[in-house]
Amino acid sequence: MTGIHVKLHINWPNFSLDAAFEAPGQGITALFGPSGCGKTSLLRSIAGLEPSAKGHVSINGVVWQDDQHFMPAHQRELGYVFQEASLFPHLSVLGNVQFGRKRSHATAQFDLEALIDLLGIAPLLNRKPESLSGGERQRVGIARALAVNPQLLLMDEPLAALDLPRKQEILPYLERLHRELKLPVLYVTHSPDEVVRLAHHIVVVDAGRVVSSGSLVDTLSRVDLPIRLGDDLGAVLNARVAEIDSQWKLARLDFAGGVFWTRAQSLSKGDAVRVRVLARDVSIARDKPTASTIQNVLSARITDIVNDDQDGLVLVRVLVGESALIARVTQRSVSELKLETGLAVWIQVKSVALT
Amino acid sequence: MLDSEALQALWLTLQLSTVVTLILLVIGTPIAWWLVQTHSWLKRPIGALVALPLVLPPSVLGFYLLLAMGPHGPVGQFTRALGVDQLPFTFWGLVIASVFYSLPFMVQPLQTAFEAVGKRPMEVAATLRATPLDAFFSVALPMALPGFVTASIMTFAHTVGEFGVVLMIGGNIAGQTRVASVQIYDYVEAMQYSQAHSLSAILLLFSFLVLLALQVWRRPEAKREV
Repeated sequence: MTGIHVKLHINWPNFSLDAAFEAPGQGITALFGPSGCGKTSLLRSIAGLEPSAKGHVSINGVVWQDDQHFMPAHQRELGYVFQEASLFPHLSVLGNVQFGRKRSHATAQFDLEALIDLLGIAPLLNRKPESLSGGERQRVGIARALAVNPQLLLMDEPLAALDLPRKQEILPYLERLHRELKLPVLYVTHSPDEVVRLAHHIVVVDAGRVVSSGSLVDTLSRVDLPIRLGDDLGAVLNARVAEIDSQWKLARLDFAGGVFWTRAQSLSKGDAVRVRVLARDVSIARDKPTASTIQNVLSARITDIVNDDQDGLVLVRVLVGESALIARVTQRSVSELKLETGLAVWIQVKSVALT
Repeated sequence: MLDSEALQALWLTLQLSTVVTLILLVIGTPIAWWLVQTHSWLKRPIGALVALPLVLPPSVLGFYLLLAMGPHGPVGQFTRALGVDQLPFTFWGLVIASVFYSLPFMVQPLQTAFEAVGKRPMEVAATLRATPLDAFFSVALPMALPGFVTASIMTFAHTVGEFGVVLMIGGNIAGQTRVASVQIYDYVEAMQYSQAHSLSAILLLFSFLVLLALQVWRRPEAKREV
């Protein structure tokens, strides 16, 4: 039974968790939800750090916990990255990285030196954790977790304690990690930006329950997602750079059902990119707009219209070919343009972001 | 300046305090660890019991220990069954009494040190494949090392200063149970004030140096995170 299967419940006096989800056995799965929703408790329970959590956990066919038995945390083949790195202060950076590796019986998936290079911590090896910056500590924490050759990497808001420059410092490492290591990752976060940049699958947690579990593209194109994303609401598409227009410094991104033009910047032909289209950047017209500064005008069909959680605004989900986008427009526009489900319209996309 | 009696008493005191400190390191560490980790209802009663010698008059503690270790007491009957004739008025009787008497001076600093280590490093160790016992020795112990130094110094010094319990359990046998504090008492009783002065001055200096060492050891530590 491949994949990640989790069904766990916790009953504490002031908190309860009743969460079940399945996720693919590879790629980054975000456990996403507001602060205090229980996502960290869920992650800790998966790791076996909450012995009062009952239920079932199996990872790519290995049962970590079921009704009959509970494998203690130190026997589960996982790596865990804590929010505050939590390095051992009495050991050097190298001592920290080797701590778990010496105790792990798993076959080495990663060469220790390659791992140290991957996270760029070679110059730090002889230093004590107290002399490291926040970003450096977190990189050491990640290397330490990977050095045990885990079957699953659990990350609990690894960027939350860092300021923006430190986040920017770590993010490329996380992306390399995914590209270079074939390891499933459960990544707890409350940041939509991190989800969009890193995740392939999203499990949305709210008030101790899993309210949605699906691929990034499917989940973010839902207009009925039961958590508030505000200005971060927007669809994500996978696209490929099909053409570079060197005269106008633009790139053509082909996605299933249409094309976008965006600034070429450092893109080159053939690149696979992830495109984020925020709902507030999409507008709708009944007739094909002509003579507009907006380059991306696409033919679409309305599939859903629902009220936004902000007064006076409406979310309209449209399909461009096979790809879904969301537009946030005013209630008055919907009424004046007589928008309704099934209607063929034109959408204008003011900007797209490459993540 | 120091006569042979005083030197003998100092040597005995040194032996007693060293043995007691070593025994209490072995006994006190698991007690302190248990007190920090447990959610049992026994935590508070045991904690109070450990602290009892702090407030109990040493003569009271000595009296009960004397009864327990005497020929009719439970400990006395047990030791007799093992072939040990009697514990009171022997060095090892003193050791046992001192272990009770100095217990809080070992357990309480260790408890504070283990509390400062917190749960997180143990969880981290568990996610790095360390069994609980392994994590205790490879993480909790080294992280609590300053606490061990403090606790050992406190225990040693406190045992050196013991008087009431010694008199109750050990009496006053030269080379066996006559420790420095008792020797000073003997000197004063015999009006040998100059000898009492010398020995007292040594203990005074010792106590001051111990406290000074503790102050230096507890230097302001760099802020650290785990």
